Amino acid sequence: MGLIDIFKRKKIEGVDDTMYLTLREERRISKENNKIIRKFEREKNRKNVPEEEYLTQMRDPSNVVEFEDLHTYFFTDVGTVKSVNGVSFDIPQGKIVGVVGESGCGKSVTSLSLMQLVQAPQGQIVKGSIRYQDSNGKCYEITKMPKDKMLKIRGKDIAMIFQEPMTSLNPVFKIGEQMDEVVLLHVEGSTPESAKARSIEMLKLVGIAMPEKVYNSYPHELSGGMRQRVMIAMALSCDPRLIIADEPTTALDVTIQAQILELLRDVKNRINGSIMLITHDLGVIAEMADYVVVMYAGRIIEKGTVREIFHDPKHPYTIGLMRSKPTGETRDNRLYSIKGQVPNPINMPDHCYFYNRCDKAMNVCSRDYPDMVDFSSTHCAACHLYYGEGLQEQNKGKE
Amino acid sequence: MWKYFLRRIALSLLILLGVSALIYLLSMLMPADYIDNQTYAALQSGAMTKEDVQRLKELYGLADKSFKGIVKSYLSWLKSTMSGDLGFSFLYGKPVTKVLSEYIWISFLIAFISYILQIIIGIPMGIKASVNQYSAYDYIVSVFAMMGTALPSFFLSALLMNVFAIKLGILPLQGLTTATKLFPPDAHFQILLDKAWHLVLPISVLTLLGVGGTMKFTRTNMLEVLNSDYIRTARAKGLSEHEVTYKHAFRNTMIPLVTSLSGMLPGLFGGAMITETVFAIPGIGYMALRATQQGDIPFIMGYNMFLSILTVLGMLISDIMYMVVDPRVKLS
Ligand SMILES: Nc1ncnc2c1ncn2[C@@H]1O[C@H](COP(=O)(O)OP(=O)(O)O)[C@@H](O)[C@H]1O
Ligand SMILES: [Mg+2]
Repeated sequence: MGLIDIFKRKKIEGVDDTMYLTLREERRISKENNKIIRKFEREKNRKNVPEEEYLTQMRDPSNVVEFEDLHTYFFTDVGTVKSVNGVSFDIPQGKIVGVVGESGCGKSVTSLSLMQLVQAPQGQIVKGSIRYQDSNGKCYEITKMPKDKMLKIRGKDIAMIFQEPMTSLNPVFKIGEQMDEVVLLHVEGSTPESAKARSIEMLKLVGIAMPEKVYNSYPHELSGGMRQRVMIAMALSCDPRLIIADEPTTALDVTIQAQILELLRDVKNRINGSIMLITHDLGVIAEMADYVVVMYAGRIIEKGTVREIFHDPKHPYTIGLMRSKPTGETRDNRLYSIKGQVPNPINMPDHCYFYNRCDKAMNVCSRDYPDMVDFSSTHCAACHLYYGEGLQEQNKGKE
Repeated sequence: MWKYFLRRIALSLLILLGVSALIYLLSMLMPADYIDNQTYAALQSGAMTKEDVQRLKELYGLADKSFKGIVKSYLSWLKSTMSGDLGFSFLYGKPVTKVLSEYIWISFLIAFISYILQIIIGIPMGIKASVNQYSAYDYIVSVFAMMGTALPSFFLSALLMNVFAIKLGILPLQGLTTATKLFPPDAHFQILLDKAWHLVLPISVLTLLGVGGTMKFTRTNMLEVLNSDYIRTARAKGLSEHEVTYKHAFRNTMIPLVTSLSGMLPGLFGGAMITETVFAIPGIGYMALRATQQGDIPFIMGYNMFLSILTVLGMLISDIMYMVVDPRVKLS
């Protein structure tokens, strides 16, 4: 490090603003962060929390999971990153809910919040609730749940599949060992033999031809597609009620992608569970999902059934996404991309986050953050085009 | 695999050859050789003449310091070394191999005990610091580790001697036995205890100096592992934090740890020159320092060859252990 670097301050880059922190600001941020983080960590580390404190009621008993006004922030050295900033949506029993959005919009953090796996101590759920209903109809408030109770839900009721099959398996343990571990942990009365039988059965279920051989292999001996199958097998081994698949096919070859998606759908029907499918690929959503949630910069800007989103998108961002999806029909197959960038996550503006990229931007759009407007019982979008002042301005323009 | 090791050994031998030639050259070019050192006083007082000294030099093979002469004597050293004869130490009056085999054991004992202590203190503390990153504990460990690596050994030795031997008077200052105490010859246990008592301070110094590195190394590697995807997978499975840390993470951290720690094993025979000298422990490091100061070329050469072989052995062991602990590694 040169002497000059000492005088350089931490830099925050945004779209049309780049700011530097002064030493004093930096110190203030780190002091405030410590205070806030300590408060949340103390709350989380309480022992012997009575069950009433985290039992709750579902708004709709047919849902497995309900997110309501979820806020998950990262308290970093350069300021607070509002990764998830007021997200509400439901995951109904037996359905696939797709979550789409550009990379960095908070999809993964939303799913990690549900698992209580947000990177602590800097990452904290600061507000809102996540309700989960187990198979006995008992409802838990995940945000208030003590860590040790959460361990019984993770991997058993809610399982997760990650984007990178190459790095998501522990390189020093055999596949069998890693799979048995989950069974031994969550299935009562299981023995090493029964766990092995279960693991082999799961490997067969995900279409692995030589389950015994794979069982005795190390991860580096398998291909990417194989490893993702193993991850899916592992996720299935305790009959989860919900599988979170975070970009499960992004890192795979196109031919393998289709197979893995097919497998996921097949598996969902078999266990009658739900899937929260995170992706930035609209093609995947169109093929798989029942409901779609579109996220932008930590917020939901539109949600609805897959029909509503694909045939009648309302938000200019969703419309843009639809256009950016390459289809066989359009002659020009170049990927349409929305110009501009997501605003600086530390200094979010007060107005609509999409304002500076929107081709329909109006005066109101630079003033207030838009409210959610309902179009049907399932379809809603947050855009000024469809209510109040913005709607008037819009109509005036047409006359 | 065998091919790999053979190639490695062949390469090491080549390096050994180069190193030995260089050390031989440097030792021969030292301004005052062994005879000069020994005869300085006699020459000053007139008890010996220059001719006497010259005759002695010829006897010891130190007379011809021309490049050709050095090459010639190096070749004759090399020839006898090949046949396993490291020659006769000028200073100790014994074959070099005999001196080595006599004095390495006390050095090894001190180094080995401190090595074990470093492992059993350093690794758990490093893990704990990584799990509680940025906590007060982590900062204390880091500061401690930095101190351990930055403090010169003679300084730390002097500090501890001052406090524990001189001020408090609870530990012996120097040496391996208490000179003022007379033990009956059959009091083996008491003699042993007395020796052990003398080793407390040197072992503490070596441990304090080494433990910081082990701690830091464990912490760094642990932090890297704890950030990897498979640790997130392990957590997502519902494993407790304890299992995540000590099973999934530590088993991976063990790869660099075992590789580097096992590579250090042969080096434990090499002695700790400064610490042994400060505490006047008759170990191989102490002997080597004295020999170097006096220009005892056969011993310098023998000792350095010994060290080089230990280093090569360390590398080979390290390679083998890497293969043992990491299933991904197949040496080729
Ligand atoms: N551990 C972390 N520390 C700080 N910021 C983070 C961390 N993890 C995620 N973020 C931030 O949160 C935002 C959302 O990230 P993520 O949910 O991973 O996006 P994606 O939609 O691509 O999955 C990003 O701006 C990212 O920089
Ligand atoms: Mg992501």
